[in-house]
Amino acid sequence: MKMINDFMTAAADYFPMLIGKGSPKFVTSSGKPVYGIVAEFDETPKVFKAAQHVRDAGYTKWDVHSPFPIHDMEEAMGMKSTKLPLMAGGAAIAGVATAAALQWGTSFVLYPTVVQGKPFEAWQPFVPIMFELGILFTAFMCIFGMLALNGLPRWHHPLFTHDRFMRVGNDKFFIVIEATDPDFDPSKVKKVLEDAGGTHISLIEDID
Amino acid sequence: MSDMQPDEKITKQGSGEVSVQPLPRSIPVVPGTTDDGTLIEDPSVRAPLVLGKRTFREVTDIVCGYAEAPIPKIWLTAFTICSMIAALGTGMILYLIITGVGVWGLNNQVDWAWDITNFVFWIGIGHAGTLISAILCLLKQNWRTAVNRSAEAMTIFAVVCAGIFPGIHVGRVWFAWFLAPVPNSNAIWPNFRSPLLWDVFAVSTYATVSLLFWYMGMIPDLATLRDRAAARLHKGVSREFKMPMPIGDGLPLGFMPRPDSIRLFIYGVASLGWRFSSRHWHRYEKAYLMLAGISTPLVLSVHSIVSFDFATSVIPGWHTTIFPPYFVAGAVFGGFAMVLFLLIPLRVILPNFSDLLTLRHLENMAKILLLTGTMVGFAYSMEFFIAWYGANQYEFAVFANNRVNPAEAPYWWAYWTMITCNVIFPQLFWFRKMRQNPLVIWIVALAVTIGMWFERFVIIVTSIHRAFLPGEWHMFFPTWVDILTFVGSCGIFMTLFLLFLKFLPVFALAEVKVVMPQSHTDDHH
Repeated sequence: MKMINDFMTAAADYFPMLIGKGSPKFVTSSGKPVYGIVAEFDETPKVFKAAQHVRDAGYTKWDVHSPFPIHDMEEAMGMKSTKLPLMAGGAAIAGVATAAALQWGTSFVLYPTVVQGKPFEAWQPFVPIMFELGILFTAFMCIFGMLALNGLPRWHHPLFTHDRFMRVGNDKFFIVIEATDPDFDPSKVKKVLEDAGGTHISLIEDID
Repeated sequence: MSDMQPDEKITKQGSGEVSVQPLPRSIPVVPGTTDDGTLIEDPSVRAPLVLGKRTFREVTDIVCGYAEAPIPKIWLTAFTICSMIAALGTGMILYLIITGVGVWGLNNQVDWAWDITNFVFWIGIGHAGTLISAILCLLKQNWRTAVNRSAEAMTIFAVVCAGIFPGIHVGRVWFAWFLAPVPNSNAIWPNFRSPLLWDVFAVSTYATVSLLFWYMGMIPDLATLRDRAAARLHKGVSREFKMPMPIGDGLPLGFMPRPDSIRLFIYGVASLGWRFSSRHWHRYEKAYLMLAGISTPLVLSVHSIVSFDFATSVIPGWHTTIFPPYFVAGAVFGGFAMVLFLLIPLRVILPNFSDLLTLRHLENMAKILLLTGTMVGFAYSMEFFIAWYGANQYEFAVFANNRVNPAEAPYWWAYWTMITCNVIFPQLFWFRKMRQNPLVIWIVALAVTIGMWFERFVIIVTSIHRAFLPGEWHMFFPTWVDILTFVGSCGIFMTLFLLFLKFLPVFALAEVKVVMPQSHTDDHH
């Protein structure tokens, strides 16, 4: 059920004309729905400790934004490991199977030919292409699977409306707690982020 | 909710002003020496990978500065020359297609010569990038972050050059689709038992995976460039569009959008909306690690399969089981030489480049040249030994009479050029003074690049120019079209590399930040 909800929320971002989002829990004074509350941090150790603090406060819909992948952040955020390796394994099998089907199918079924006296039953010459296609499919899954799980490409996001967020690719760190979190309560979230040492705490409006 | 308003647009201190380079170092290099402080031999001291105690912001400014600065005159000059050479090469290809392969110096006996030499040469150069990204990643060699982006770019461009030659050497290029796994008009499919078809799959897989790997690595850095362009537009410090001119200032073109608007659009689209989320980074790193894991056997397989083109034939000099590892070692060797050949001048030309590519990086790569050069030297002696020990007179004759002996072999000079450049030159790196001197490394890298071209020439031409019967003996002489096609491929390579230097992040910004001490999560840095 939770998975379906997550999926529908993500799909609503892409197809707002087809899927309605439901009425927001919080709106700003201008009537726009709230996306979340963001806090800024200056240094890696500070944002790392802050992430542990937010994790221990029990939030689930939140994220840390940093210019580079921070070592052990998965643990500090209490993230589950991704399913990507499993998907890549499936892609590898599909690639090898495709190559096997392509080579046996064309050399035995569609137009059996003997070239240079090499016997039909020899499987060895087919190994290199099976290997290459296995690699190719795995690479496709690694990259496009990674992007799909991340919900990318997505050129339009509420965080991009936040001016200070332009420095996330440079030297600043941000923690965002989203309004879709079941425990989201603006004043409590603000308190948690303040306790965690965040500065420039501000509210982000959702985009239409 | 009324007590909290959305962030007002008054916080205008986003990043992104184009900084004046070179950025001064807060800690100068050891004065009066060529040592930059990274050549420490003390194992208890960790040599810095980024010089001058840089902050994250300074590193961002340095790397993005190359792509954001107005086009320098020297770049414009180099680009003009290289693109003209590339156009010349394209013209040669067109001439070949219109006229036929007779414009090359090929003949009935030597039917593979410079075309396949160039193909193997370029595809070999294209191995260093993936080696640095993949194998050094798995081996946790942090120093690779300084060179991986440019080496990967070089890989792509070398594979582009390599891809040209098999396509055009077939003669009637409009039949090049025979390479693809589709049936021809007689419903016959390509022969999947042929190493030439394996080669098609290996090279095209390699090109695709390298391109994706390179692009994926660039997504966060393109997002940084996007955000900086946006910040400049937002703050109103963005430059007007100026057409770069060879002499004097640029020509202002009022009707063009600002460069930052163009950047914001192109980098914005290309960075796919990356927002540096840790949940994204987690999957990104997993994907990167898996790509490194599969690219390692891939890079080893590609040159092995290229070597099968020769090794599975029955021509003396080609029919050798040592070829796959020998070709792979040679590819790594030639690829690293090309990386050094291109990057060492950049340390002088581009400001602050030597802060990120230190002498220690050069020394490490010089050590790899020494290792792989010695492996290649071992392979040369081993194939000669087996030619003698195997007691096959034709095999031995290829080595003794076609290659080594100046009295018998017309191509002896090619063989000895190869030995001098590939085996003798890298031995200089046994001496610390030599492998710590950028000029010496650059000269050796140039020698190795030349030597590796001759290696492929020696393998291909000297093996087939004299077959079993003296009546079949024939020399190969390149025509002007042969020569200018090769020169043109170098022009294509350099043009693409110059475009990369000017418009894309030259260092893997996010990865460089990971190896800086400030990225540690504890307070003691």
